[in-house]
Amino acid sequence: MLKTVVLHNVLMETVIRRRRSDSVKMAAGQQWVLVEMVQAFYEAPAYHLILEGILILWIIRLLFSKTYKLQERSDLTEKEKEELIEEWQPEPLVPLVPKDHPSLNYDVVTGPPSHRIIVNGKECINFASFNFLGLLDSERVKLKALSSLKKYGVGTCGPRGFYGTFDVHLELEERLAKFMRTEEAIIYSYGFATIASAIPAYSKRGDIVFVDEAACFSIQKGLQASRSFVKYFKHNDMEDLERLLKEQEIEDQKNPRKARVIRRFIVVEGLYINAADICPLPELVKLKYKYKVRIFLEESMSFGVLGEYGRGVTEHFGVNIDDIDLISANMENALASIGGFCCGRSFVIDHQRLSGQGYCFSASLPPMLASAAIEALNIMEEDPGIFRVLQDKCKHMHKALQGTPGLKTVGEPLTPALHLLLENSTGSRTNDLKLLRAIVDYSLDRQIALTLARYLDKEERFLPPPSIRVVVTVEQTQEEMEKAAQCIREAAVKILK
Amino acid sequence: MTESAGNKNEDCHAANGVKPGRNGMVKNHHHHHQYQKQEKVCHAACNGELYSRPFIESFEETPMLLAVLTYMSYGILTIFGYLRDFMREWKIEKCHTAREREEQKDFVPLYQDFENFYTRNIYMRIRDSWNRPICSVPGATFDLVECSSNDYNWTFEYTGRVVKDVINLGSYNYLGFAENTGACATAAGEVTVKFGVGVASTRQEMGNLDRHEELEKLAASFLGVESAMVFGMGFATNSMNIPALVGKGCLILSDELNHASLVLGARLSSSTIRVFKHNNMQSLEKLLRDAIVHGQPRTHRPWKKILILMEGIYSMEGSIIRLPEVIALKKKYKAYLYLDEAHSIGALGLNGRGVVEYFGLDPKDVDVMMGTFTKSFSAAGGYVGGRKDLIDYLRTHSHSAIYATTMSLPVVEQILTSMKCIMGKDGTTIGLSRIQRLAENTVYFRRRLQEMGFIIYGNNDSPVVPMMLYMPAKLGAFGREMLKRNIGVVGVGFPATPIIESRARFCISAAHTKEMLDRALDVISEVGDLLHLKYSRHKVLPSLDRPFDETTYEENEE
Repeated sequence: MLKTVVLHNVLMETVIRRRRSDSVKMAAGQQWVLVEMVQAFYEAPAYHLILEGILILWIIRLLFSKTYKLQERSDLTEKEKEELIEEWQPEPLVPLVPKDHPSLNYDVVTGPPSHRIIVNGKECINFASFNFLGLLDSERVKLKALSSLKKYGVGTCGPRGFYGTFDVHLELEERLAKFMRTEEAIIYSYGFATIASAIPAYSKRGDIVFVDEAACFSIQKGLQASRSFVKYFKHNDMEDLERLLKEQEIEDQKNPRKARVIRRFIVVEGLYINAADICPLPELVKLKYKYKVRIFLEESMSFGVLGEYGRGVTEHFGVNIDDIDLISANMENALASIGGFCCGRSFVIDHQRLSGQGYCFSASLPPMLASAAIEALNIMEEDPGIFRVLQDKCKHMHKALQGTPGLKTVGEPLTPALHLLLENSTGSRTNDLKLLRAIVDYSLDRQIALTLARYLDKEERFLPPPSIRVVVTVEQTQEEMEKAAQCIREAAVKILK
Repeated sequence: MTESAGNKNEDCHAANGVKPGRNGMVKNHHHHHQYQKQEKVCHAACNGELYSRPFIESFEETPMLLAVLTYMSYGILTIFGYLRDFMREWKIEKCHTAREREEQKDFVPLYQDFENFYTRNIYMRIRDSWNRPICSVPGATFDLVECSSNDYNWTFEYTGRVVKDVINLGSYNYLGFAENTGACATAAGEVTVKFGVGVASTRQEMGNLDRHEELEKLAASFLGVESAMVFGMGFATNSMNIPALVGKGCLILSDELNHASLVLGARLSSSTIRVFKHNNMQSLEKLLRDAIVHGQPRTHRPWKKILILMEGIYSMEGSIIRLPEVIALKKKYKAYLYLDEAHSIGALGLNGRGVVEYFGLDPKDVDVMMGTFTKSFSAAGGYVGGRKDLIDYLRTHSHSAIYATTMSLPVVEQILTSMKCIMGKDGTTIGLSRIQRLAENTVYFRRRLQEMGFIIYGNNDSPVVPMMLYMPAKLGAFGREMLKRNIGVVGVGFPATPIIESRARFCISAAHTKEMLDRALDVISEVGDLLHLKYSRHKVLPSLDRPFDETTYEENEE
């Protein structure tokens, strides 16, 4: 409204100015002006008069109408502004955390976080770290890291683009690609940042991502960063996924032009960290071709765990790895180093070298950690039997934990990280957590190191129920596993009554 | 684009006490004697009383001719790009790009064509200037893996040869702790053998070692704050902690040149984001006032809190945050300040404590002190320091503490040892002398470049030294010519900078000796003559003949 008024004023101004200049030229006296005006009125072309007439009418309308009130629009005075600024009281930067907050005081590990671990001063057997293949303790890995340290120092002092690329990075990428039998691999310096950077590198505003409800937090953050439409399907429920895909198909038919540019992705985990089960990959691949959706697969828990040679869930199901558009995994679990990687076809992966935020804008992985990962890969390739051992141990542990009174074992037999849930919830999450924590403490006292699975209650899209995580590694002996299961059973009997 | 550069120029000139306005417009000869006086006046006008030391930053205006030529060069590249795309389309030219799988040809294309136009047709021509692999410590000098390309940078081949002893002006090794011998490497080595490299768990689960807690205590005392927390990746420190601090109904005021990690963190927090002009206090104050006066958009409810995001040293501009003014504003308007000291920690201040010490301020006035260990400490990861209640909150609510694997222990050890060295806790003065060395090197290097007539951006005390190249072709050529002469430099172009402001960036290190810097400067001068890079129209007198203090310089008449 204001704009039109201004425009109008400008118009009027020009009209008046023109007229004035006309009259000034000829007129000296009042009368002359009048005569001139009348004359001008006669001489003026019709369109001009109509325009002026409309403008005059408009002015009259504006004068009498009450479409806007000047008072309301008028800005605050400086004094009022100062008062407002004086008045404003922000919330504190952070709310106060109660001293007894359950996650404020961490368990403290002294000494190496390996198979035998000292937690809060108690020596325990580690059933909590994701050191599935026990490579964290491997002397070979340590020595390789050490020799790398002696050659390169610790830090890289730069992102990959700016002299932060080391020959070991290239070697590791090549080795990972070879190991996974894909064209290319790309490494990140932080496991969490891997999939969280990979998703927004491809999926942009307006694109659609179909995600499993149990997807882990880094996937959720990647989706949020991508600003795409996110459609959640029920955990491992292919019918629900197909329903969503069909819905989208109908939507596409309504607007085929738009549909031609909307990218679609399915994002799933190979082995869900939150649900401890495996995704139905063959069905997903079928849906992929049926509905022309790309699949991104997060394999942090399944890489180096599933499959005959530890290649993860694709090998587990015998799915052609080229059918998966992108596989991402961290190198912090089975490989027991730091960082993460993505692999797939060069057509897909190479794009991240300029668009993966965590790749481009972060310092690269310390070369000694890359060397450690290379050596871990060497061990995995030399001794593929290790995966069989792990899988057997997983099955064993899964079986041993069955029938724990008051606790439900969640997860498939092949899962190295199982969840123990309360069979009967107390109805309050805090109390549930307290009960579970009591079981963890009981076990800690008896040389079994367990941990609660931790989540950010308010940030998780679908908050998993409270649970204790039991991690299986190849280093645990049959007896140790029996002992752990026994200990948990005792604790459950004692604490859950 | 030119306009914004011009504005920047004007602000800074005003602060410098040098008359804004084009050369030759005013006879500057006679202003000579007034410079010092003028400087004082101008400082006072820009809150000069807040500064304990002269704040001298310059962003020389892009010469008009250069701007036109640069746009033209992009224009030519674009025309040729279209031409070659056309030829590729008709298979006249061989297409090197990786292709979609045959089976997936009928899927929605993964990339929009124009997304890759720049990469394919401009970046590809000068791609060899980046991602050059190195095979030694990224110290004062390094060894490069030689690579060559037979197909105009589409693919690279490693020749198997190594280019030895290249002077490193690219790595963020400010204090020279990138070493494979010495206290840090030894300590890290011992830890590697004892602990291994991985942790395989998160802080809240089974990955909290006493070493991490020790590091946090040391970091807190180094920063002069109550408490601190460390994280495994610098980038993630920003992107995973900002969402814990602010949320819906909060306002983030972010500097336009903030690092991608801060931008991502702000975006993930789902608060409203408003951007102010780079290091421009008028712009920041206006946003603060408007925000408080008008409240949230549409609902007009007052904002829950306002968080200002800024960096200590801006890595692309070499500018230093106007911290005293920011703190004054933040106090006046009750906003919170999140200061990212990725490049300034260790590199600024008499004791290396960053930009707060540099200005002689109290660390308590900064609400969130964030920084990284990647640069001055030559390790990896980041930290957040501040009041105890802030850190307690982060311990319970930081995404990183709950979902991300903990920092590797050899890395922790590297930080512990280097930080102790900087603090003098190792009983030596090595750390202190390195800090002094860096400051001297920085001033020397910057002054020499200015004397040679290059356009240098940023603050006189910033170890990040951007040198303007402007044209994309010169960006590639400069890197290649420097490398031919055994000097490794980093070039930065679009999209990290405005499109016409491509630049080379030197990072000065305490490890550089005077001889290295002199050699590098000679080579830069030589290449600068070769490529006609000495654009500056401000003539700086060589230091010996200088009649006044170091900060004054004369503008020559054209």
